[in-house]
Amino acid sequence: MVESYAHPETLVETAWVAEHLSDPTVRLVESNEDALLYETGHIPGAVKVDWFTTLQDPVRRDFLSQAEFENLCSSLGIGNETTVVFYGDKNNWFACYAFWLFSYYGHEHLRIMNGGRQKWVKEGRPLTREVPAYPPTDYKARPPVREIRAFREDVFAHVSANRPLVDVRSPQEYTGELLHMPNYPQEGAMRGGHIQGAVNIPWSQAVDPETGTFKPPAELRKLFEEKGIRPDREVIAYCRIGERSSLTWFVLKYLLGYPQVRNYDGSWTEWGNLVGAPIRKGATP
Amino acid sequence: MNVPGRLPARLAEIVEDFRLCEGREKLELLLQYAESLPPLPEWLQGREMEMEAVPECMTPVAVAAEIRDGGMHFHFKVPEESPTVRGFAAIIAEGLQGASPEEVLDLPADFYLAMGLQEVLTSQRMNGMSAMVAHVKRLAVEQIR
Repeated sequence: MVESYAHPETLVETAWVAEHLSDPTVRLVESNEDALLYETGHIPGAVKVDWFTTLQDPVRRDFLSQAEFENLCSSLGIGNETTVVFYGDKNNWFACYAFWLFSYYGHEHLRIMNGGRQKWVKEGRPLTREVPAYPPTDYKARPPVREIRAFREDVFAHVSANRPLVDVRSPQEYTGELLHMPNYPQEGAMRGGHIQGAVNIPWSQAVDPETGTFKPPAELRKLFEEKGIRPDREVIAYCRIGERSSLTWFVLKYLLGYPQVRNYDGSWTEWGNLVGAPIRKGATP
Repeated sequence: MNVPGRLPARLAEIVEDFRLCEGREKLELLLQYAESLPPLPEWLQGREMEMEAVPECMTPVAVAAEIRDGGMHFHFKVPEESPTVRGFAAIIAEGLQGASPEEVLDLPADFYLAMGLQEVLTSQRMNGMSAMVAHVKRLAVEQIR
């Protein structure tokens, strides 16, 4: 029997989206790395979120508060019962970040469009520049779901207890070879390397590079289990600022069904600057 | 922040236009630049591998320079699906068109901060801009040698 994803309902295909373009219970949300891509054309009826200008607090390093999140959903015409389908560029990297944030505030009906924007475009499906407007809703967010977010204290405890961590950055960032990246002064860290005990499984390995769709369940399971990331223990995933690791978090939690997975959104830009934090350099966890 | 001195005239105008725009208008203006980026000239088509790569960008970007009548002309190759980066490339290409290599070298490395795009784009996206500036300066140095 072919293994299926643990929560297959969280993934929808482009054909499903095409059939639900005028479904009032569904809201399409485009979330990209590139801040202007939505404006060049998007799926008809889709609204935009930008992870920097829409999802983050403009002053503190944090994302939206619960009240701000409610306002955002209301302004996008998202009600508590709306099925929200995220898609975006770069293999759904920032679509997964938005998915994670909506999960944090307890939205129940969340989906990722498999293959993202790239697959929709490659299939020759329609794009429009028309920006839709929806009547505001009376959205009520739930209190934050702390179980899916790791703060630095959680990571310290995790490291002390020898529990598994996944570093989803590139191998060069993991070993510490890339630290003083030219022209990257503002998002750098004082130290290079990885969190003590973390294994390196670059986020992009979960995705088929040709189609942008997630790899089949058996391949995904092998990818993580070979490196000792198994469902029996709580896992923390991180990257540089917590966006690439949102995709890995989605894969572990929804495609493979791991019960306890957290995303450490402080990630390397926090850990690599923390005084006294345990760091390893090189290829060894 | 005021527009820094020592900018070629057209670049100074572009920076000032952005500076005067508010929030979302800055992105709309950047989109107009993104859409104005010309395709590679014929002599560069198929020779992308010989162009200078800009590896700091999260998007595959390449740039080449030519000099005509003492003025530099920069040509960028940027994927369609990266309009923000295309916008940066178009600003540099248009703003520095015909500038002397010395003028290019004399550009303050942070001239674009006066445009205020960092209010609407992350520092990581802005780093793509500073990487492109570094690479056009490298190409200008080659002309002076």
